[in-house]
Amino acid sequence: MTATPFSKVRLTGLLLLLLLAFLLDLSTGTVHISLKEILRVFFSPATADPIGQFIIKGIRLPKACTAVLAGCGLSVGGLQMQTLFRNPLADPSILGVTAGASLGVAAVMLAGGSMATLYAIKELGVSGSWLIIAAACVGAGSTMLLVLLLSRRLRDNVMMLIVGIMIGSITLALISIWQYFSNPEQVKDYLLWNFGSLGGVTGGQLLILAVVVVIGLIVASLSAKMLDALLLGENYARSMGLSARKARAVIICSTSLLAGSITAFCGPIGFIGIAVPHIARFLFNTASHRILIPACCLIGTILLLLCDTFAQLPGTQTVLPINIITSLIGAPLVVILLLRQTTVHSW
Amino acid sequence: MVSAATSLLNARDLQTGYRSGAKRIIVANALPELQLQAGQLICLLGPNGSGKSTLLRTLGGLQPPLGGVIHIEGMDRWTPATLARKISLVLTDRVSGNNLTVDSLVALGRYPWSGWLGGLNATDRASIEWAMKATGIGSLRDRKIHTLSDGQSQKVMLARALAQDTPILMLDEPTAHLDLPSRILLMRLLHRLARETRKAILLSTHELDLALQVADEVWLLQSGGQLRSGAPEDLVLNGSFESAFAGEEVAFDKGSGNFLIYTPQDKPIRVTGEGLTLFWTRRALRRAGFEPVATASLHIHAEERDGRPVWLMEQQRETREFDSIQKLLQAIS
Repeated sequence: MTATPFSKVRLTGLLLLLLLAFLLDLSTGTVHISLKEILRVFFSPATADPIGQFIIKGIRLPKACTAVLAGCGLSVGGLQMQTLFRNPLADPSILGVTAGASLGVAAVMLAGGSMATLYAIKELGVSGSWLIIAAACVGAGSTMLLVLLLSRRLRDNVMMLIVGIMIGSITLALISIWQYFSNPEQVKDYLLWNFGSLGGVTGGQLLILAVVVVIGLIVASLSAKMLDALLLGENYARSMGLSARKARAVIICSTSLLAGSITAFCGPIGFIGIAVPHIARFLFNTASHRILIPACCLIGTILLLLCDTFAQLPGTQTVLPINIITSLIGAPLVVILLLRQTTVHSW
Repeated sequence: MVSAATSLLNARDLQTGYRSGAKRIIVANALPELQLQAGQLICLLGPNGSGKSTLLRTLGGLQPPLGGVIHIEGMDRWTPATLARKISLVLTDRVSGNNLTVDSLVALGRYPWSGWLGGLNATDRASIEWAMKATGIGSLRDRKIHTLSDGQSQKVMLARALAQDTPILMLDEPTAHLDLPSRILLMRLLHRLARETRKAILLSTHELDLALQVADEVWLLQSGGQLRSGAPEDLVLNGSFESAFAGEEVAFDKGSGNFLIYTPQDKPIRVTGEGLTLFWTRRALRRAGFEPVATASLHIHAEERDGRPVWLMEQQRETREFDSIQKLLQAIS
């Protein structure tokens, strides 16, 4: 299971594509900024237009960086879940961590309802609020601890999968109760958060997100060998010396860190986690996680950058929520790939 | 029996079964001392539900014993990682690993030996190549797992276990789903591997006749959880096979080492003749519900005429001649 020249060529190709997607994302928006201007902003700031400079450095660059982090994290989390549960439909939200983050946010937005909360949201905006992020982190973190505790007591991964889905259901039910008793204004705020957003994560927030995602990705890379063994199922994995509980804990930790932090900062972003691993397997035609993990990072990033570019409707001032675009672009892509080959058949 | 000191695996007072909460479901609790010696091929036989898989999984370390001690090369405690260097398994679990090639799957056998990230060195590569050569799957190298036939994928799983390079190899019903030639080839391969690599090989199987031919030792598990072990021939002669499968409404025939599908019937018939023709004529008549005896009013004589078999049927001084067993059976039934 080593990287063949074939995979290296493809990885390099994707890297170039990533660079293009990144620049494209920087140049599109309500104000179009040319490639030349972008280069000037980075390499000779003195000669650049100050407004363009502000738009690029203050808004679009952080947004593109958030897209890179979210694209990597969600795709790798999805890959880990699909292998751990041997289920092509698994994605990072399957452990209930995403729902946990939503619960935290709902608790602040809906149940709180106090002047302080409302003031904080009004002042700082929905997605850029430290309060919202802190609430989502607490929600995601406590769900992750609960899942980890339960995972130590469960014998196999199928049970783990069911427990994860149940935790998610309970959490969403709690959110529904809150929504039911809240006034429409508050529910609308929550729904807006639920659409997901890559914008608004800047400065210190972006740094924290980057640190957590990088830690999650490092843990994921270290679990590549375990994931390979799990391809044969738990019994074979154990017969090869894998400690099933330890492996499960490491993988759950990594995915929870990735999905929890990204949901906390960007809101729930769907579809990347389920679609990208399939695209990676199709493009690289391998099962080795040492290749699939970097491949997922690249493809996830490219896809999310493109989605963010298309979210700015061409020729208009309207920006669609990122969650709508990921599904609109991701779903047809997966269907097209499935029509062309049989990856999912072979599960 | 060799002393426990030189055996690769030794299990004493073993109790197998499952824990379900605080409850214990015991599958076998009257097991004698079990030993695996280097270079030995042991077949674990027994009716369905007698606990073959449970015993194999317990010895292989996939489930903890409910009681007793297992020593593996002298150790009685081990981590999953050290155990994986002693015992490799071929299980009945379906493996369809998404996008996995034969080469990568066999390479996974090196898991207990490879580094943190699973990188393979020259020793690992050599083991993988040897395992593929020994099982004859070199030509399948780049095929995807889900495109293989049952026989091929069984060989691939065996190659993976061989690449794991352990002194003990255990296989749970490796011959299931295989056609007869593949079953024979697989058994012959395991027999040869035990001899040439000095591995101890333990396999559970329903292939009684094949087990009788290749096994150095047979462990015969009975429905109650009792186990009798010994050379296969000894177990045939002392009636262990008959009693192990007694009550299953099939009969074990000591004369042929086979199970009889047809229960003995009452219609007497006298059959004479010689050689292969006589053997197959008797079998055909048994199937049709006759019991060959020394004297009977109905007499079949099989003989060869001009290099072809001919059957003569004699009944009440009337003789008829047939040129095939099918016509003979139609006439008498």
